[in-house]
Amino acid sequence: MRFLQNPDPERRAGRMRMRGMLRKEALQIIRDPSSIAIAFVLPIVLLFLFGYGISLDAKHVPLAVVVESPSAETAGFAASFEQSEYLSPQRFGTIQEAEQALIHHTVNGIVWLRNDFEEKLLSGESAPIGVIINGVDANTARIIEGYVNGAWTSWLQQRAAAHAGTLNIPVRLQPRVWFNAEMRSRNFLIPGLIAVIMTLIGALLTAMVVAREWERGTMEALMVTPVTAKELLLGKLLPYFILGMGGLLLSIGMAMWLFDVPLRGSLLLLLLTSALFLVAALGMGLTISTAARDQFVAGQIAIVATFLPAFMLSGFIFDINSMPAAVQLVTRLIAARYYVAILQTVFLAGNVWKVILLNSVVLVLFCVFFLGLARRRMVKRLD
Amino acid sequence: MWTHLRALIVKEMLALLKDKKSRLVLIAPPIIQLFVFGYAATFDLNHVRYAVLNEDSGGASRELLARFEGSGTFECAARLSNDTQIAPVIDNKRALLVIRFPSDFSRNLESGRSADVQVNVDGRNSNSAMLVLNYVQTIISSFNSSWIKAHGGRAPPANLVVRPWYNPNLVSRWFIVPGIVGLLTLLVTLLITALSVAREREAGTFDQLLVTPLSPFEILLGKAIPGVLLGLTEATAIILIIVFWFKIPLLGSLIALYLGLLLFLLSSIGVGLMISSLAVTQQQGLLGAFLFLVPSIILSGFSTPIANMPEYLQTLTLINPLRYFIVILRSVFLEGATVNLLWPQYWPMAVIGCVCLFSSAQLFRRRMY
Amino acid sequence: MPVSSDILNVLELSGVTKRFTSSQQTAPALHEVSLRVRKGTVTGLIGPDGAGKTTLMRLIAGLLVPDSGQISVLGIDAVREPLKVQQVIGYMPQRFGLYEDLTVQENLNLYADLQGLPDAERPARYAELTKMTGLAPFTKRLAGKLSGGMKQKLGLACVLVRPPQLLLLDEPTVGVDPVSRRELWSIVYRLVKQENMTALLSTAYLDEAERCNEVILLHRGELLGQNSPAEFSRQIEGRSFQAVLPGINKRSLQSRLACSPGVIDATIQRTGVRIVMKNKMQPDAANLPDGIRIEPVPPRFEDSFISLLRDKDGYHTIRNVPSVQAAPAGSSGEDMITVDQATRRFGSFYAVKGVSFTVKAGEVFGLLGANGAGKSTTFRMLCGLLPATGGKLSVAGLDLRHAPAKARARIGYMAQKFSLYGDLSVQENLRFFSSAYGLGGDEQRERIEWALQEFELNEYAGSTSRELPLGYKQRLALAAALMHRPKILFLDEPTSGVDPLARREFWTRIAGLAEEGVTVLVTTHFMEEAEYCDRLVIMAEGSILAEGTPDDMRARVQSDRLSDPTMEDAFIHLIEEHETARRPDAVLAKS
Repeated sequence: MRFLQNPDPERRAGRMRMRGMLRKEALQIIRDPSSIAIAFVLPIVLLFLFGYGISLDAKHVPLAVVVESPSAETAGFAASFEQSEYLSPQRFGTIQEAEQALIHHTVNGIVWLRNDFEEKLLSGESAPIGVIINGVDANTARIIEGYVNGAWTSWLQQRAAAHAGTLNIPVRLQPRVWFNAEMRSRNFLIPGLIAVIMTLIGALLTAMVVAREWERGTMEALMVTPVTAKELLLGKLLPYFILGMGGLLLSIGMAMWLFDVPLRGSLLLLLLTSALFLVAALGMGLTISTAARDQFVAGQIAIVATFLPAFMLSGFIFDINSMPAAVQLVTRLIAARYYVAILQTVFLAGNVWKVILLNSVVLVLFCVFFLGLARRRMVKRLD
Repeated sequence: MWTHLRALIVKEMLALLKDKKSRLVLIAPPIIQLFVFGYAATFDLNHVRYAVLNEDSGGASRELLARFEGSGTFECAARLSNDTQIAPVIDNKRALLVIRFPSDFSRNLESGRSADVQVNVDGRNSNSAMLVLNYVQTIISSFNSSWIKAHGGRAPPANLVVRPWYNPNLVSRWFIVPGIVGLLTLLVTLLITALSVAREREAGTFDQLLVTPLSPFEILLGKAIPGVLLGLTEATAIILIIVFWFKIPLLGSLIALYLGLLLFLLSSIGVGLMISSLAVTQQQGLLGAFLFLVPSIILSGFSTPIANMPEYLQTLTLINPLRYFIVILRSVFLEGATVNLLWPQYWPMAVIGCVCLFSSAQLFRRRMY
Repeated sequence: MPVSSDILNVLELSGVTKRFTSSQQTAPALHEVSLRVRKGTVTGLIGPDGAGKTTLMRLIAGLLVPDSGQISVLGIDAVREPLKVQQVIGYMPQRFGLYEDLTVQENLNLYADLQGLPDAERPARYAELTKMTGLAPFTKRLAGKLSGGMKQKLGLACVLVRPPQLLLLDEPTVGVDPVSRRELWSIVYRLVKQENMTALLSTAYLDEAERCNEVILLHRGELLGQNSPAEFSRQIEGRSFQAVLPGINKRSLQSRLACSPGVIDATIQRTGVRIVMKNKMQPDAANLPDGIRIEPVPPRFEDSFISLLRDKDGYHTIRNVPSVQAAPAGSSGEDMITVDQATRRFGSFYAVKGVSFTVKAGEVFGLLGANGAGKSTTFRMLCGLLPATGGKLSVAGLDLRHAPAKARARIGYMAQKFSLYGDLSVQENLRFFSSAYGLGGDEQRERIEWALQEFELNEYAGSTSRELPLGYKQRLALAAALMHRPKILFLDEPTSGVDPLARREFWTRIAGLAEEGVTVLVTTHFMEEAEYCDRLVIMAEGSILAEGTPDDMRARVQSDRLSDPTMEDAFIHLIEEHETARRPDAVLAKS
């Protein structure tokens, strides 16, 4: 009763309650290895797996080279493939053998020089070079097509130089790849992966942790103390925010020093925007936990509603612009999408303010929305 | 034995399907994922936005640009007037590429010299960048051959005639979608089996089960068979959706497909039961399933080729049952493979399945108490 | 009813109604409940399962909002200002959520922070509370590592960190052994006296209700009455009797008396059977066995509780002892369960060491002990759920080490908490368990029919078993354990959390089973249930402390101070004696 009469002690009591909640949560985090595991071991495992396991860069693609009647010209052509680090050519005598190899997946493509190749070449008639590619993996097939195209062009140029003639190509492509000149897929996958990891830490961890309190009956015990709903939320938010930022620093460190991803923008900016996303993810986790009161269901919802979309629809691996219009609309509802855009820009392009500010504003909206929702639903009532 | 087993199977099926919540977990996420993967997971580029800086006043550049417009893949996002505008357009992601024609472009072409066209690509997504360059190259090549035809001049002494097998239009959905059968079957069977013992432990029914005369082996089979049945049903449903909704051709023999599916179920249920016999709580079961699931999806070749991985990871994939099943799926769907061709994929799954089932039976016996 | 109206009412409810609108489940609700709790009293909230006790507690604590009516706690409106109410009350829910990964001290710190206890006042308060609860030596221990009774005391200490003016306790003694139960009660009484606190607590133990200043009786969401226990008892004065018939098994006497006309309650008590008559009628001697001695005894609260409920619910009793159709039992006198020097070790800790006893066919044998005494471990070893580290255990003549599956086929097992498949219907559960025990065809159909009939489950045959009322769940569990006509029945705290009416019904069935020659091994915390046992052992710290009939046990502790000890007195005395012998300081710390 004495707190009710004097407003200042009430404020002090609020601070004391906050201290209690934070201390409790910190002790639990330290004692329970699973939350530390989610925050620190998970990023390491995922970064390793993705960093090394997922690569779109095809190298040493086995390619069958079929030369039906070998000659100096065909030798020159075949040699141009051997120079490429992307292709590893294997010689076959007949097209039938090569096709068998393609069917059995021992080669991914065939380059086929027919009997009449040299004859046509010398006659000035354009000699066809047959290229068969296993198209099942369309992406790899295109990349192989590009490599074969490159090898062919360089052979043409060398041949022209050797015959002291000029090669007449009307339009020549002069490609310049910005930000990622060597086109390493790791450079774009790893920053995107950080978004997936932060989603996992933020949403899954908090959803499970709050659900655990419901399951063990500690929530009911907390609710009848004078602690306010705001204090309950903050008590969960703050410790896991710190834990999440720890996981973030670890991920950034690994990205920069283990995977050699360049950080062209400012680290401070990266941390600030990441903090913003983390708060939004924590808000999502808290919102889920106000709906699901057992860990199993909370975990399921967290995975389906946050982790999978962050994985599939954030532009982390699959380009959003290539998706059907309806799916593109859906991606706009996914916070990770905006964070992925910021991450890829800050890492590879630098401080491009327009991209960063625009996406940050959206992230702020997400924070406000989810925290507000969690606050509204976190009523100290049981029904 | 048969009475026991039938009772166990009926019980397990009822427990899985009667509860609304667990029915939802079995049905909704696979369907959602099927459609999300089916539509979102694509490496093909559509609606590629480009900007043009055309310093050339001749007709040739316009002719080439018309080919970009007409390709259906590219969309013009901006026309620039000077080169200081290039950087902001790419930086701010207004366009994925900027095509720049120098002022002498048409003049060079018309006088029979080679003309350069500069293409600046945003490399933040390196895969998109590479594909865009390939698309651009294709357009330029076809422009070149028709230019030569129209204006005379010597064609290059040899030209490429590219013919992709199995997937003539190189649609990456054809590649991704059949793999989903494996992915979702693994997810569902693992969730069913990995959590089943822990769920009974937590509910106290496991003790009740253990005091009956049922043998550990019967209890194990009673957990495995419902997993096989549900896995088969779910996989069949997904296969039907893939064939009739996504219209992906199923060329090979169904026998080859279902033999693979059965062996895959054997091995994934083996893994699930192994997790189950180790997990005391549902949370541990879930964690175990997750810890197995994520690496096995990444290391299966589902989204990116195994051949691109470092050597040691490639070796590691040999113990991943999903790896073999994904190959079977794609071969049967797209390449029309038959049983004969797929032996190298069948036997490793059979070995993995037997080893897992055997060791989970051992673990189970020991952890009975 | 209050003696004088100028006494401050700490709690006032008027016309409180609460409905739950969850889809199919019929959750307990409250209907037009009005009551008052006076300052400085201990008030008991009593009622059968589903009466709405927990709902009432949660409403008072501001965790639920009533559909209509007013709740005022110390003059504060609990509906509009739940936060203010929460600052002046202490509430211990049924499953008090201790943070098991925090230590005792850290749990206390947390609640001190949340309750706003000033730092300066803490050391003194902690010292007082830990001394009172006997937790002082364990402040550094993780809460998860405490025994059930200690956890409950720690929960209480957490609620009391800042002395609340109104203390709400929801079934604080469920699953707690008699020693810890008695300690909890003495703490509550001391607080009410010393700190001028008011306590409202719900309980399923009717002897606890007797100790309250006032009792509130709830039934299906309605208030049946509020009065002092003595007043409740006075209303049925002259209807309680004690019947003694030497030379006959007390259980059979009890079941005979229970079906005598006019008898509404019969329970085994001490050397005889206590009966309560309908109206003020004398037991009809003509219907009773010869040689029976019937004496009037003073009524107690339990008598009036049962009679009030019977008035409400009708005289539904099991008239005939159910024919359980158990397997033809072994000839009486045969050893059905033999435990010889059984030992179970977990790491370096001996949960059970050197326990030996035998149970003969047709006996009801009790396994009693404080929380953590090793009775569950012994129990699990006998069911074949846990292998023994040493010693020999055999069941129905089969060594558990060599023929566990065969032994399991002969036993029925009923776990402490309801552990049949919650998603399956009653019928499906019965079908599953009968198949698991190898029943099939006509026999199976016949047994399922029998179970539905005998346990009056017909009406629920198709309903999901998770949604059954608690009493019916318990019937179903017993039915499932009996499908294969076992010779031996294992019951692990079968009546924990079950209300007195359902408990009586349960024991009537058990008595019937024993009559047919089924051997029953049971653990329980209800000492009045121990009276139903033919023989029992009391365990402490993994060893047997005492063995014998209930009469033997009482005789052992009889003294001038305790001339007519109850089973509970005997139990507590034996445990305390053991503790004093082993650890003289432990008792010193308590006093």
